[in-house]
Amino acid sequence: MQFTMRRLFGADNNLLQLALLTLMIFALMTALAPDKFLRPYNLLSITYVAPELGLLSIAMMVTMLSGGIDLSVIGIANLSGILAGIFYHAYAGARGPELTAMAPLSVLGGILIALATGVLGGAINGVLIARLRITPILATIGSGQIFTGAALVLTGGPAIVGYPDGWGFIGNGAVFGIAMPLLVFLLLAGFVALLLTRTAFGINLALIGTNPKAAVFAGLRLVRTVFFSYVLSGTLASVAGVILSGRTNAAKSDYGVSYLLQAVLIAVLGGSNPAGGRGSVAGIIMALLALMLLSSGMQLLRFSNFMVDLVWGAFLLASIALNALRTRVR
Amino acid sequence: MSLSVLRRSETVIALVLLAAMLLIGLINPAFWNLANLFSLARSNVVIGIMALGVLTVMISGGIDVSFPAFAVAAMYLTVRAMVAWDWQGVAGPFVMATAIGLALGLINAAFVYGLRMIPLIVTLGTGSLVRGFLLGVVGTSQVNIDRMPKSLIAFGSTELTSLSDPAGGHFALSAMLLIYLAMALLVHFLLTHTMLGRGIYALGSDGEAARRVGFDRRLTIFVVYALAGALAGFAGLLHGAMIWLANPRDFNGLELDVIAAVVLGGASIFGGRGSVLGTMLGVFMLVMVSNSLIIMHIATTWQRVVVGFIVIIATAATSWRDRRRIA
Repeated sequence: MQFTMRRLFGADNNLLQLALLTLMIFALMTALAPDKFLRPYNLLSITYVAPELGLLSIAMMVTMLSGGIDLSVIGIANLSGILAGIFYHAYAGARGPELTAMAPLSVLGGILIALATGVLGGAINGVLIARLRITPILATIGSGQIFTGAALVLTGGPAIVGYPDGWGFIGNGAVFGIAMPLLVFLLLAGFVALLLTRTAFGINLALIGTNPKAAVFAGLRLVRTVFFSYVLSGTLASVAGVILSGRTNAAKSDYGVSYLLQAVLIAVLGGSNPAGGRGSVAGIIMALLALMLLSSGMQLLRFSNFMVDLVWGAFLLASIALNALRTRVR
Repeated sequence: MSLSVLRRSETVIALVLLAAMLLIGLINPAFWNLANLFSLARSNVVIGIMALGVLTVMISGGIDVSFPAFAVAAMYLTVRAMVAWDWQGVAGPFVMATAIGLALGLINAAFVYGLRMIPLIVTLGTGSLVRGFLLGVVGTSQVNIDRMPKSLIAFGSTELTSLSDPAGGHFALSAMLLIYLAMALLVHFLLTHTMLGRGIYALGSDGEAARRVGFDRRLTIFVVYALAGALAGFAGLLHGAMIWLANPRDFNGLELDVIAAVVLGGASIFGGRGSVLGTMLGVFMLVMVSNSLIIMHIATTWQRVVVGFIVIIATAATSWRDRRRIA
């Protein structure tokens, strides 16, 4: 009992720190570029750009819970958008009103194809990791190459441009003034949060990450639970792919490559332990907010994207150092 | 005795390699042209030297995905310094590039040892940091052949043999192969004939047991990551010398290929297993397959798919092997 109390407290502590960090970044950016940073347009644009990265980070966190990692999320996201795009173009031509004003039911067909890609991609990872017992790093490096490679083979290199308006609505639309991607993200984030904290699946997953051997001896179905965690992460990645291609009206085999490191960073910064056992959706959302404010502020201050990479890397190392020092003190 | 030779991972890899060579040769006999074989051998050098470092890290139970960033940083910084100071040397620049890689490797080691953090996360962070610094602070423009130091170009194009084909073309076996072989011998000696090498295997097999026997965990980790960084830095500059230009965007995504090659060569990601010979065979296999797609009339867009399948098959095979051995 005391142990769980302490863990709860520790998690809250982490959230508190993150909130503080977010506030500090917000204050810093406001001070450095008050006229640009606080403009509604800037804050609004974050609600469109952040969700895809947020979904990838949640996907990463889910696999980290069991002590694994999913390095194929970008590959799955791009392949999902590309397969749906190929379906639309085969169905209604590469451009023209027939494509843009497609009937909702046909648009839904493409969305289902994208989601099925995520489920299947995740299932492949699940089989490789849970059944064949390949190390998650290598299994998802390999499968990620295959997904990205398949996307490259299917498109031949250039981007697939032009999606139905209904598909674009998911990435660009707004309902009651709230960005559609944000709504999708909040819905899925809430779903995953419930799944992780209120169901046997979520509890088991964290237990497996804490101590796989004990979990097996306690009679948990390790193979099944780990398998489904990768299916979940693949599916989340494919939703991110839908939003990404909906927002940009295009899909390409090498879009969003820098998202991979950022997703790992947000997961670690958000309190996930890559060795397994710890991680929460609330932490991810907080870390996502902090880093989106940071990178949007840096872009407004005209830093190059490379500088943003530099700062993200430094953040990752700093957060590792902080976490390590904190646990050592304890 | 003869059975134990057959059971070694290296023998299996060599046999698979031979079969693949025969297959590629059957599809297109041009594979066996000396010009093609020479260029294949040349393509092994840079990736191979990096793989030696990754192998050492992997034997110790770690992983390194930052070495391509270190390699490109060492190469670009050194070449830019040579251009700025009008510095025409060979040994000096290589010492500088190696030192840059070594220093960066020490940072990895400090994080992995001092903060007990998972190497994958640490090296993802340092890799991104170094690449961001290089492109964001140092510069993005490449140093082309006209400004590339002449001494480096001359060194990089040293040849062992020089032959002409009937059509009048010229092809040669690069002397850089000797450097690769020398490095491989050194790492092999370190791993199999020194106490330090024993310590690297011991740490990867069972860290706790290694500690109790008296191996210095700190020394081992620092040596392993510093060596990987130093080899990457050296290989980076060698790459620049061999292709006659320094591009700060080079080596993007190379970590996957090199890790794939090392795993293909029989090393275990859990540590404690792996050999220099196996790694060299793995590197040759990977380079050969990706270079031979064109010869086999397969579109180069398939390259990533092929590499992905190689990684998965190799890791599935090693995890199956390791499980049987434990059982």
